[in-house]
Amino acid sequence: MDYSQFLAMKQEIALLGVFLLVFLYDLFMPKNSQRGLSGFTIAIFAIFTVSCFCPVFISGHEVAFGGMYVTNPVMLTIKNILNVGMLIVLIQASRWANSEMQVIRRGEFYSLMLVTLFGMYLMISARHFLLFVIGLECASLPLAAMVAFEKNHYESHEAAIKYILTAVFSSAIFMLGLSFVYGLAGSLYFDSVYFALTGADATDPMLIVALAFVMAGVGFKLSLVPFHLWTADVYQGAPTSVTSYLSVISKGSAAFAFMVILTQVFGCVYSQVWEWMLYALIILTITVGNLFALRQHNMKRFLAFSSISQAGYIMLGIIGCNAMGMASLMFYILVYIFSNLAAFGVIQAIENQTGKVDMTDYRGLYKSNPHLSVVMMLAMFSLAGIPPFAGFFSKFFIFTGALSGTESTALYVLVLIALINTIISLFYYLLVVKAMFLSSDEPVIAPFRSACSERVGMWITVAGILALGLVSCFYNQILILCQTWGLPSLA
Amino acid sequence: MFSNPLIYFVVIPVVMLLGIYLSRSMAQIRSVAVAGSILLTALSVWLIVDYLGLRAAGDMAPMLYRGDWMWFSALNIKLSVGVDGISLAMLLLSSIILLTGSFASWKINPLPKEFFLWLILLSIGVFGFFISIDLFTMFMFYEVALIPMYLLIGIWGTGRKEYSAMKLTLMLMGGSAFLMLSIIGIYYHSGPDVNGAAHTFDLLQIAANDAIPHSWQYFLFPMAFVGFGVLGAMFPFHTWSPDGHACAPTAVSMLHAGVLMKLGGYGCFRVAIYLMPFAAQELAWIFLILTGISVVYGAFSACVQTDLKYINAYSSVSHCGLVLFAILMLNTTAMTGAIMQMLSHGLMTALFFALIGMIYGRTHTRDIRQMGGLMKIMPYLAVCYVIAGMASLGLPGLSGFVAEMTIFVGSFENTNTLNRVFTIIACCSIVITAVYILRVVGKLLFGPVQDEHHLQLTDATWWERTSTATLIICVAAIGCFPNFFANLIRFTFSPDIFAVLK
Repeated sequence: MDYSQFLAMKQEIALLGVFLLVFLYDLFMPKNSQRGLSGFTIAIFAIFTVSCFCPVFISGHEVAFGGMYVTNPVMLTIKNILNVGMLIVLIQASRWANSEMQVIRRGEFYSLMLVTLFGMYLMISARHFLLFVIGLECASLPLAAMVAFEKNHYESHEAAIKYILTAVFSSAIFMLGLSFVYGLAGSLYFDSVYFALTGADATDPMLIVALAFVMAGVGFKLSLVPFHLWTADVYQGAPTSVTSYLSVISKGSAAFAFMVILTQVFGCVYSQVWEWMLYALIILTITVGNLFALRQHNMKRFLAFSSISQAGYIMLGIIGCNAMGMASLMFYILVYIFSNLAAFGVIQAIENQTGKVDMTDYRGLYKSNPHLSVVMMLAMFSLAGIPPFAGFFSKFFIFTGALSGTESTALYVLVLIALINTIISLFYYLLVVKAMFLSSDEPVIAPFRSACSERVGMWITVAGILALGLVSCFYNQILILCQTWGLPSLA
Repeated sequence: MFSNPLIYFVVIPVVMLLGIYLSRSMAQIRSVAVAGSILLTALSVWLIVDYLGLRAAGDMAPMLYRGDWMWFSALNIKLSVGVDGISLAMLLLSSIILLTGSFASWKINPLPKEFFLWLILLSIGVFGFFISIDLFTMFMFYEVALIPMYLLIGIWGTGRKEYSAMKLTLMLMGGSAFLMLSIIGIYYHSGPDVNGAAHTFDLLQIAANDAIPHSWQYFLFPMAFVGFGVLGAMFPFHTWSPDGHACAPTAVSMLHAGVLMKLGGYGCFRVAIYLMPFAAQELAWIFLILTGISVVYGAFSACVQTDLKYINAYSSVSHCGLVLFAILMLNTTAMTGAIMQMLSHGLMTALFFALIGMIYGRTHTRDIRQMGGLMKIMPYLAVCYVIAGMASLGLPGLSGFVAEMTIFVGSFENTNTLNRVFTIIACCSIVITAVYILRVVGKLLFGPVQDEHHLQLTDATWWERTSTATLIICVAAIGCFPNFFANLIRFTFSPDIFAVLK
């Protein structure tokens, strides 16, 4: 075996290095220097994140292990995007991880988190369904332990059980779908399946069932409607740091992997089979997510449903099946990471201070904590797609991407439905703004100064919300990468 | 980039935002707001003079002061600016109303700093919209102008402010959802740009290419027209307007009715009709009927209201309906009239809302049944109110007459039966306007004093006088020198530029 092919996996190996360092630090450092664990993790992960932008990591198209693993600048970029999100999550979580309840277990928390990220890397880079499943499991199972981290909270356990059962169930369905794919194509390599399916009879029931199962399996992970039922309970029960991780990083990686599977493996039956499946899924996801979000009072449940509908918008980047859609999807994930983490940052700061997570508790927040309210407002505006914040640009580009190069009226109708849904979503995002700014009641939450780490997290996210859209180089760069390195069947 | 004078319409408000953010007292906030808006007004006056000079010297480009900066190169989105006489007139209108609005909110309470921050942010959207000729940036600025309304009405408003703020925001954003789809559709059918890109957002380029297939125009034109029409208070999408205006604080009502509703009319002809001349001719009748209804229905509704702000808001529906109505007549005279009506209505309605705000600030009621004899109590404000009323019902010498006259003459030029019938119907609105204006003037200003406490009230303060006097001077200026403004506008409405006028 040629061991030099491990060099193609520089990023994964570096991440494993980070994981080992954190693990060893937790295991062997003396008690009195254990306090520095969060700082150490953040610092070392920050170094890792920054160094991933260095030329050492940037390479062309590289293949390893007989074509099972592939990396190229587009994948590098999505991994970098996830890294940035992960770094923000780590910073935001450090106050919670250092709290009295968690301090004894935070080493596991950080280790598990890094392992799931490693799993996501594999999902993104896999070119063989076997590696993909390893990545998927590696990204899902440790999350169940993380969801259960609030040891003394009943909801946390309930959430973990729900999460692990649905995760396992969805994996089973996914693998059932894979067995059909294997039956059709005689191989699990993405390329081989693609070639075997080229010219295949699109009305073949086996193909349709295989696709449906594969889509359902990944759909669970992405919480697309009708596979979303676990989302709200898990988001509510999990510790907020884990919820924010689930809602952005986990979702972002799954969305990219979903796009890779649909366009790479099933790209040849795009218009015959999965375009219409996805069409229905998008409409359902956006609409149901929005309608359920309207009446939520718990901020975490509220953001759970909002994130369901956002996942629907992300899927719009796939339905066009073109390079611009792909770039828009990645850009949307990037912007969504910043906007959603800004919202979660505020929720976390308030929850850590007062234990309150209800929307009614946010009434009059502007009077007592103006800075937190402004951050929250920016996050809501960005999620709703209001200019000049980044969310507007990502929404515009994802719609543009969905309609690129098509004359199909059906897609225009789809975008119209999505656009009308933005109005519904604007309503509930404005409810939060209304509670914070318009309410004349006395504030429920007393003025407080949030912890240093929380403030750093908020500054980063706010900077992202303001800069990502107005500064054009981010999107331009991503689109150029996608056009040059775009997946073969996308060209 | 900064050598282009138009950029300063965005730069100055941004500096104002910064200045207000750093201000430590009410006096500083006021001086920043007033100084900034005076600067903006001066800039627009200077540009108008310069523009007329350039035109006189024979510059025939459709837009002057062009500036192009690539923004999102991948999608060929540019930051393009450029103005013609119409945009300049709108810029002048906006800066004057911003100036008078700052005077009208001299004693805003609570949170003065936040109020001015949002107000200036709103004005950035407005100015940016009028200087842009790139569809994407235009749309972006359009939405920037919409969202501050939510907080401005929700926090500083009166009455059912939360309901109204939400209704207004959602309805306007709903309009912009249609608009966004239309813009993307236009983009993908725009034809190539001069720089070699396959599609373009550049208005002039799209109009020059005229490549949007007719089958798509049938679909995109109504989207764009409805999108902007919602903001222009077109029936049946006008319902946000009475509630929103009635609950908004004074300066916001002024800016919203005076300027923001003009964004709707401006967008309708600059985007919908300019880019899709075929569909404009084919489908104008649908919107003609709707706007015709707006004109008459708005006027009738104003007759039965008892709240001063509701009366004025419905009258705005009627007058703004007239703007869209005239634009849809698709001939030079009527469209010139539409622009005059935009200017006239903008100034006049701002004056109305300023006066209503001042009266309300004293009497604490806007119900005309509870007030009377204000001419004795506050003669200055009362006289101003009469002048505004006269402008509204079209007294010669004031702006309303010039605008409505041009519109109806232009509309009647159309030989089409439907157009003529609707012109006659719309003409009736003049009479109805007279009914509700004179009714209010008689009841409010000249009737017996209804409330003993009102006798103690004082007349206008110096900042209120400045605000109203400025607006009255402008209203009279349009009324007395209509030819100056018609000259400014006329150039754009030539068949060479507007394909639909051929």
